[in-house]
Amino acid sequence: MTSPTKHERRIVIRPPLSLAGTTRDENRTLIRDWWADLNSAEDEGRPVANVFVMGSMAEILRNFDMPIAFPEMTSLQTAVRGRSLEYITTAEDAGYSPDICGYVKADVGVHLQGGDHPMGHLPKPSLVVATNLCNTYIKWGEIWERMYECPVFVFDIPGWRGSGFETKRGSGTFRDDVRYVEAQIHELIALSEEVTGKRFDIDRFRETLSSVNELSRLFQEVLELNQHRPAPFNALTEGINLMGIVNAYRGSPKGTHFLETAKAEFEERIANGVGAVPDERFRLLLVGTACYSNFRDFAGLFEDWQGVFAHSDYMSFAGGALDRGIVYDLDRPIESMAEQMVLSTQEAMGGMFWGQDWLTEVVREWDVDGIVFHGVKSCRTVSTGLPDEREWLLRHRDIPGLFIQSDLVDPRLWSEAQLKNRIDAFFESLESRRAAGARR
Amino acid sequence: MILTDRTVSLTTGSIMTAETVESIVDETRTIIEDPSYPMARRWLEEHPGGKVLGHFQVYFPEELAHAAGVLPIKVAGFDTALPIRKADAHLAAFVCSIARSALELVMSGTFDLLDMFVFPPICDVARHSCAVWARNFEDVDCQIIYLPHNAASPAAVPYLTGEYRRILREIEEVASTRVSDEALRRSIEVFNENRRLLRELYRIKRETPWNLSAVEAYILTRAAGVMDRERHNDILRRALAAIEQRDAKPQDRIKVVFSGGFCEQPPLDLISVLQDACYIVDDDFMVGLRWILEDVAADGDPLEALADAYLNRSDYSPVQHDPRKPKEDMLLRKIEAAGAEAAIIAAAKMCEPGLEEQVGYSQRLYDKGIPHLVMEFEEKSNTFEQTRMEVETFAESLLFEFA
Ligand code: SF4
Ligand code: SF4
Repeated sequence: MTSPTKHERRIVIRPPLSLAGTTRDENRTLIRDWWADLNSAEDEGRPVANVFVMGSMAEILRNFDMPIAFPEMTSLQTAVRGRSLEYITTAEDAGYSPDICGYVKADVGVHLQGGDHPMGHLPKPSLVVATNLCNTYIKWGEIWERMYECPVFVFDIPGWRGSGFETKRGSGTFRDDVRYVEAQIHELIALSEEVTGKRFDIDRFRETLSSVNELSRLFQEVLELNQHRPAPFNALTEGINLMGIVNAYRGSPKGTHFLETAKAEFEERIANGVGAVPDERFRLLLVGTACYSNFRDFAGLFEDWQGVFAHSDYMSFAGGALDRGIVYDLDRPIESMAEQMVLSTQEAMGGMFWGQDWLTEVVREWDVDGIVFHGVKSCRTVSTGLPDEREWLLRHRDIPGLFIQSDLVDPRLWSEAQLKNRIDAFFESLESRRAAGARR
Repeated sequence: MILTDRTVSLTTGSIMTAETVESIVDETRTIIEDPSYPMARRWLEEHPGGKVLGHFQVYFPEELAHAAGVLPIKVAGFDTALPIRKADAHLAAFVCSIARSALELVMSGTFDLLDMFVFPPICDVARHSCAVWARNFEDVDCQIIYLPHNAASPAAVPYLTGEYRRILREIEEVASTRVSDEALRRSIEVFNENRRLLRELYRIKRETPWNLSAVEAYILTRAAGVMDRERHNDILRRALAAIEQRDAKPQDRIKVVFSGGFCEQPPLDLISVLQDACYIVDDDFMVGLRWILEDVAADGDPLEALADAYLNRSDYSPVQHDPRKPKEDMLLRKIEAAGAEAAIIAAAKMCEPGLEEQVGYSQRLYDKGIPHLVMEFEEKSNTFEQTRMEVETFAESLLFEFA
């Protein structure tokens, strides 16, 4: 196949599906409700917590009826709505460097503009919970601390430790880590009680944990549906909607209901032989994140080649470890939460830095042709070692990979012609590999 | 590098009466600027079969390595002395220079002595780097020492004590030895002595900066990371004795505090340009070497004493969040304690935590009416004319204002 021209339109005739669009509609409603809750909390003077997708601590915060704002999501939304640059430049004018995370700047820009966001009004946080899963979370929290003098609780979860490290239940290190995390759960509960004036309710906590167990089980099932050929959903374009809801509604029955809807719709696609990308030819795995300021164009560069993202590591690390199979023991809720947090963090963060084994497994299980490593300037957390990982996988596992760079939210770093050249060349090489494989 | 006679005499540790600060500093400079780590090589000649543990900025409890008879080496990056040829292909484009030069050091074979390497979780570049190293250098035990980010938690000391124990076990394995509490206490003493001497060096810098230039203090401090600590203690003792003989006249220069040298280091020539225009009376260059502000207790459980010192008797930096140490307040205190009139608020290029901190510092200084110059640097830069102009204009305008 020759290199496609930009987003060629192909006429695709699909069988009519009764559940078509149900996931998208429910997604829209839930996101609208989430915003409405944030806005009404502010109007009514109820405290709002700012948290992050990797380690949101929703399990605890729900107990206090604190609406949780996810600034990563709201920054992403500024980009998808084509407004991120205006906020980023506002932050840069205030002294923030062009070389720091664009999510931070988009958010700072919104706050500096009085909280006006394209989708609503961003409330001031009364509490910030920042895990160490991204170090920028902590710096970001410190910015709000300066702006609003709100408490910033750094929830520290000791992560992957390096060569040969394995999380071993029962090992001294595991016990030390769990004890430290468990102590912090108690600290966060005490702080939340102070901020909200409400008492922690252990039975309600159990309900939330049980809901997260359910969410995790469903999430794994949904991800596994994409092992099917053709993949029923695109982990890039539809994945982002799934991630938004599983974060914003973690621990709420609405989150589990949403995944049931998605699962039913994707199963219907499978039953009717409908793939997310018509006439799927290439199955891809995304490592890193997408470029949200140019999201349609980014996706188009792969869809033009009938390439579908069957999976992404984003759906792993940005899901607060839901994909790793969280099973909280409701009989010893706090201790179990501490254990699960250590286990899942070490696996998920290990997967981000030391990802070669997990990626190899995904390539096999999801039947992936090639990996797209997308380094984004904003995010050293996901991007720093990607060229090395790509090279290692090619050399040691013969898995082809493409390394490209742009940004999450800063359209100034988007260079479509350059990206297209590299992406086209990558698909051509995948085609040659396929042809060579067929000849053998 | 060819060791000169003078270097040899310098490193024997014997106090030479005719020594000048200049001679000690010159010889020390040769050592710190050589990316092949000549003093580590010498140490290995003196300790056949010895092991070397490298560690990345900012802080590592070097006592753990020392007590196991392992040489701890601080990898603080390199300027143009180490051209980057191989490392770039392994890291994304928008990563700071120190991560590249540290990787290059080993990939290029310039520093081929490492048996173990430890990264602290200061930032995501450092954490990723550990994985990159572990993938590429299979013979080196690459570890992340998870220093607590929730520094004020009552659970942090017991947790960190356990983490130190874990790292100690790794070191013991690498060195095929067992480390006793007694050995740890002896090492703590050696490092306490080192910290005392460094505090003395910084006291001189604060109180009589005309007797010790910023470049000299920097070279003498940084040398701690590239040789065994007993030898460094000797150098510091000799340098302090020589500084005592100095009686320079104060010049009409403003006193500033430099902030932003906690991880990647500005090139020496840049520090030199800055000191031409002002007295740098305090700074955070190589802050990890001076992180612990008091002697570490030599009785009780030594690992717990080290953990407690790291968390509760320590300095501040952009890569540690501790509500007990609000960073702008800490900076203001530092400026006041040093009697400085102004500050240079720097950050390494592409350094996320440093660049973010810069804004907070700058805003507070602005609110307080404290003059300050905001700048970026890179360990690899080699032209400083623009900076010279900026800092001269800044210093002159202040001299005029304070006159
Ligand atoms: S650095 Fe990456 S993970 Fe961290 S806040 Fe920015 S985008 Fe999110
Ligand atoms: S210079 Fe900054 S970004 Fe680079 S390793 Fe150091 S702390 Fe991390």
